[in-house]
Amino acid sequence: MTDNAPFAFTHENLEQAKRIIARYPAGRQASAVLPLLDLAQRQNGGWLSRAAMEHVGGLIDMASIRVYEVATFYTMYNLKPIGRHHVRVCTTTPCQLRGAIAVVDACRTALAIELGETTADGSVTLAEVECLGACVNAPVVWIGDDYFEDVDPARMNAILAALRKGEAVVPGPQIERLNSAPDTGLTTLANTVR
Amino acid sequence: MLSDKDRIFTNLYGQADWGLAGARARGDWDNTKAILERGRDAIVEEMKNSGLRGRGGAGFPTGLKWSFMPKQSDGRPHYLVVNADEGEPGTCKDRDILRHDPHKLVEGCLIAGFAMGAHTAYIYIRGEFFREAENLQGAIDQAYAAGLLGPDACGSGWAMDVYVHRGAGAYICGEEMALIESLEGKKGMPRLKPPFPANTGLYGCPTTVNNVETIAVAPTILRRGGAWFAGLGRNKNTGTKVFCISGHVNHPCNVEEEMGIPLKDLIEKHAGGVRGGWDNLKAIIPGGSSVPILPKSICDTVLMDFDSLRAVKSGLGTAAVIVMDKSTDVVAAIARLSRFYAHESCGQCTPCREGTGWMWRVMERLVTGDAEIEEIDMLLEVGYQIEGHTICAHGDASAWPIQGLVRHFRHDIEERIGRVKAARASRAA
Amino acid sequence: MAKLTIDGIEIEVPDGVTVLQACEMAGREIPRFCYHERLSIAGNCRMCLVEMEKSPKPIASCAMPVGNGMVIKTNTAMVQKARQGVMEFLLINHPLDCPICDQGGECDLQDQAMAFGFDRSRFLEMKRAVKDKDLGPLIETHMTRCIHCTRCIRFATEVAGVEELGATGRGEHMEVGTYVERSLTSELSGNLVDLCPVGALTSKPYAFNARPWELNRIESVDVMDAVGSSIRIDSRGGAVLRVLPVLNEDINEEWISDKTRHACDGLRRQRLDRPYVRRDGRLVETSWQDAFAAIAARMKGLAGTRIAAIAGDLVDAEAMTALRDLMSALGSPHVDCRQDGARLDPACRAGYVFNTTIAGIEEADACLLVGTNPRREAAILNARFRKRWLAGGFKIALIGEPADLTYKYEHLGAGPRTLADIAAGRHGFAQTLREAKRPMLVLGQGALARADGAAVLATARRIAEGHGLVCDDWNGFNVLHTAAARVAGLDLGLVPGAGGRDVAGILAGAASGEIEVVYLLGADEIDTSRLGRAFVVYQGHHGDAGAHRADVVLPGAAYTEKSGTWVNTEGRVQRGAQATFPPGDAREDWKILRALSGALGRPLGFDTLDAVRARMAAINPVFARLGAPARNNWGAFGSDGPLEDAPFAGPIRTFHMTCPISRASETMARCIQAAAAETRRATGTHG
Repeated sequence: MTDNAPFAFTHENLEQAKRIIARYPAGRQASAVLPLLDLAQRQNGGWLSRAAMEHVGGLIDMASIRVYEVATFYTMYNLKPIGRHHVRVCTTTPCQLRGAIAVVDACRTALAIELGETTADGSVTLAEVECLGACVNAPVVWIGDDYFEDVDPARMNAILAALRKGEAVVPGPQIERLNSAPDTGLTTLANTVR
Repeated sequence: MLSDKDRIFTNLYGQADWGLAGARARGDWDNTKAILERGRDAIVEEMKNSGLRGRGGAGFPTGLKWSFMPKQSDGRPHYLVVNADEGEPGTCKDRDILRHDPHKLVEGCLIAGFAMGAHTAYIYIRGEFFREAENLQGAIDQAYAAGLLGPDACGSGWAMDVYVHRGAGAYICGEEMALIESLEGKKGMPRLKPPFPANTGLYGCPTTVNNVETIAVAPTILRRGGAWFAGLGRNKNTGTKVFCISGHVNHPCNVEEEMGIPLKDLIEKHAGGVRGGWDNLKAIIPGGSSVPILPKSICDTVLMDFDSLRAVKSGLGTAAVIVMDKSTDVVAAIARLSRFYAHESCGQCTPCREGTGWMWRVMERLVTGDAEIEEIDMLLEVGYQIEGHTICAHGDASAWPIQGLVRHFRHDIEERIGRVKAARASRAA
Repeated sequence: MAKLTIDGIEIEVPDGVTVLQACEMAGREIPRFCYHERLSIAGNCRMCLVEMEKSPKPIASCAMPVGNGMVIKTNTAMVQKARQGVMEFLLINHPLDCPICDQGGECDLQDQAMAFGFDRSRFLEMKRAVKDKDLGPLIETHMTRCIHCTRCIRFATEVAGVEELGATGRGEHMEVGTYVERSLTSELSGNLVDLCPVGALTSKPYAFNARPWELNRIESVDVMDAVGSSIRIDSRGGAVLRVLPVLNEDINEEWISDKTRHACDGLRRQRLDRPYVRRDGRLVETSWQDAFAAIAARMKGLAGTRIAAIAGDLVDAEAMTALRDLMSALGSPHVDCRQDGARLDPACRAGYVFNTTIAGIEEADACLLVGTNPRREAAILNARFRKRWLAGGFKIALIGEPADLTYKYEHLGAGPRTLADIAAGRHGFAQTLREAKRPMLVLGQGALARADGAAVLATARRIAEGHGLVCDDWNGFNVLHTAAARVAGLDLGLVPGAGGRDVAGILAGAASGEIEVVYLLGADEIDTSRLGRAFVVYQGHHGDAGAHRADVVLPGAAYTEKSGTWVNTEGRVQRGAQATFPPGDAREDWKILRALSGALGRPLGFDTLDAVRARMAAINPVFARLGAPARNNWGAFGSDGPLEDAPFAGPIRTFHMTCPISRASETMARCIQAAAAETRRATGTHG
């Protein structure tokens, strides 16, 4: 996929785009730019080409430069091709305090790439991100659409190995734990409906 | 300690069904029509009586905020916008509401929308919360299917639409004016105030932006009464609050507790205490990354509410407690936040665009000790040059963590600079 | 009105003004970078912070509306500290390369750093470097100097109406630029350089030419179109180095078009700097005396009816006055100032000027454009249309060639038939015009320079009369000219007299031999190949089409080289000033004609500039009054006749080259190349 490859929404995505645009009042279709860019990025293999941005701009009558401003402002848009798995490690303070740097190092070693790079086989792009908002489950790693929580270097290595082998990985806490509850068990709500 | 019967978020951990059936079993959507029948003014009054202060960080009285919306529409639609762009480092409370108790939020949207004359609510959820957005959308779909939303929501005759709008990765969109800009399809650059959103907000229409937790507690407050809520916590700091306890504790967790709970109790009762014991505590950021850090001596006794934390020159913020034990390089921990603020600055106004990056770079040198002692005061000064001079509070928020650090840990920094200087001197000799 | 106190001074100001404006009214200057009177408020530079009582933080005065009872302080320690802080932030990543920066000496950042800056830096980190952008042949970029005020983005988006500039990225990585690197597709792009408060956007053609303090400045009038923008001509050592806008609310506000600004390098190329006569088929240099002698010899004994004259598009009224009187003295009725053959009717001034006035556009609420592309023909006037359109409640429709005019309009049709339908009330837009309070119609030269032009003019008059375009306090009938000389030519009656020939007739006469001498006064836009065997005298400043065909060339002065009078499309009489001297032997044009009249034994009745101007006013009293045009009486003009089906075609195909000066301009040539490359890019393989 190159920057110049033509882009148009599939029929299915075009219908979805229309439904998205319909959420906003008439004449306010520009509101749809964020979700439509996300839709385009998903269709385009995880990144936004210029053609994709222009296509989105055309659908909502938005100048290319305005779409481009948006695409470069928000970090979730990738303006370059990425690997099949986008592995993003949070290193902001709460994760940093719980060993996120060691998780990053584990990734660098296991993948033999630096932050911002993609493995030669195109399987993984590694990135560092700011706070993901799951701080009581730190360190947090965000892959695809899922959070992998309570990660440490060993668990990270296992996840990466599984990903590269095409095996299933289970998101959520990587230790025995119910979501954001204390890992030793509930201190509250023990008797509420299960 | 708060008893379970006074907890609002009874599915905080996702122990049970997040869907409509589970929500109904927990009391949500129970005769919502009757609440709406009390009328707009009565609802706003009840919210005022509850003493609820906004749960997004600033702590502005919610009932008062709702009352700012025009009583009569001048022809322009009113909008409720829910801020689900949770991203303040340390904070992950809304995430649990969105994924495990979304119906509380959806029901809250109907009630709050009704109370401010809005027929449309947009929930702006951070883009990274993909799965959370799925549950939220699922809850909304269920509510529509059950007639709880739509042209005759809950049979009340009030038309209410609720839409999920996913963000795309920008902390600044948690600032209400940036959020509105982003929702309009632009870069998340905060707008100048005035005009204020209650008059000119989304699409130039009267708009109220509320945090997820604020809206989600509203139905329970209205069911159980403002007096019940006001009876919890302390004067002007009422009710319950979801706390997030992260960092160097034995069992990091989210927990709903009473406002005003002692910080030490909160940590010891729910998070298994500080790693290595309370005496191994070095410092705590008590309310998310933006509020100044506190040393152990203050943490020993401080209460967790808006006014108590303000009194010790910090803040409740989002009630995200970031704990650091004695192994922590506290300078590095704050330097990482400085990097966060520089990364998340929208770049619009001069002091923040230029100043956050400057402070971060100086902070990085303070981490290694590669600096002059005078630079500590210079750093503070740069912060003062940003603080209060920007369009939004991001500039202030970037300065406060450093102010807290220098206030309480200046000796750590000076010692480090001194060590580096001494090492250089001995090498040169 | 709101009453407030500023630095202890009580002042009453209109509601809706900002604190910054109120401060200015109170005589307090507020430093600013992002704020600009004609752009939307951004409030991002934070330089204009002032103290407001009861506010714990200083406020951005540019964005704060005044309120009754406000107490503002602009000179406190808090304000001073805030400004110093902002200034320091602006400078930490600024390269401080003033010695090699073209903005030096006229830089807001430099000036304000003198007032609020420190004399040393506390910033020990690496400075940011930003890659320069390619914005085309007019704008040089040094983006490391950018202070992110976003004036350029707002100008492009709001005034120029081209959404091509933006700020990408965020935080300290925010960069001003375009979507793809390319020239801006605006005729107003040069204004970005004026707006940029630092040296990030500077003039490419003027790069490293001069420092502002080396320049002689003189205010004058532009002739690159018929708008008559107010300009400042900056010269050094006899050479015009640049042209800048001068504030004129009635005409150009503070903008000028790229041609007005950048065609000036054409003043230095292909100039006629001495007389020439054709000998053995070749033009050879000669003296004034010999040149006049050659003309006198050819004219000797020739009946006036065998002589004709055509006045070109840039000519000043003084020269046209001299030409008119000379031709009359020679007994020739064959004079015309309408090179393009536009069927303009000099009988009624209201029928050939832009009666609504340019500023008056802002009062209009409906507009019918006929056979015109104002963006190409009068870019500055078009900006006024856009300004009015942005304000809302302005219905615009076009009959003619559809084009991107930077505002939305309804395209009604291509040619006279649609116009006739409206005149007959058969078209929906007729009702729009009738229902409008201030309707206007703009007739372009594309609708008039055609065989049925007089009938089109009459039809347009009927629309004006039948749809309420002309009433006691409003005249919505407008002719949009493209030639700076045209209205003055019509005012002076430089049209065929009884039995006289118009331009087409002159060319036909020259071809048939009935016309033996043709005098071209700066006339280059006619088909010179049709001059047959006529003896051609060309008087002008550039070696363009006319001079190439001439038998005698008389070197004249360009608009920057003489004190001259021009009348713009509104009928506004304006005076241009001399910035430099004509090159070599070249002379002011009326003087050449005066000298020639002597050589021909028919001396004109004036010897001084004042005397020429008195003569002008005697011919037509409009010339006695400079400035705002008086209201013109309505009357009959145009003539009924059959309308053709052919669509209206625009008179200007290439914005950047429309006259001998712009055709000689290398900068304009580069603009055309860039535009062509852009067209290729847009129509080429896209994907």
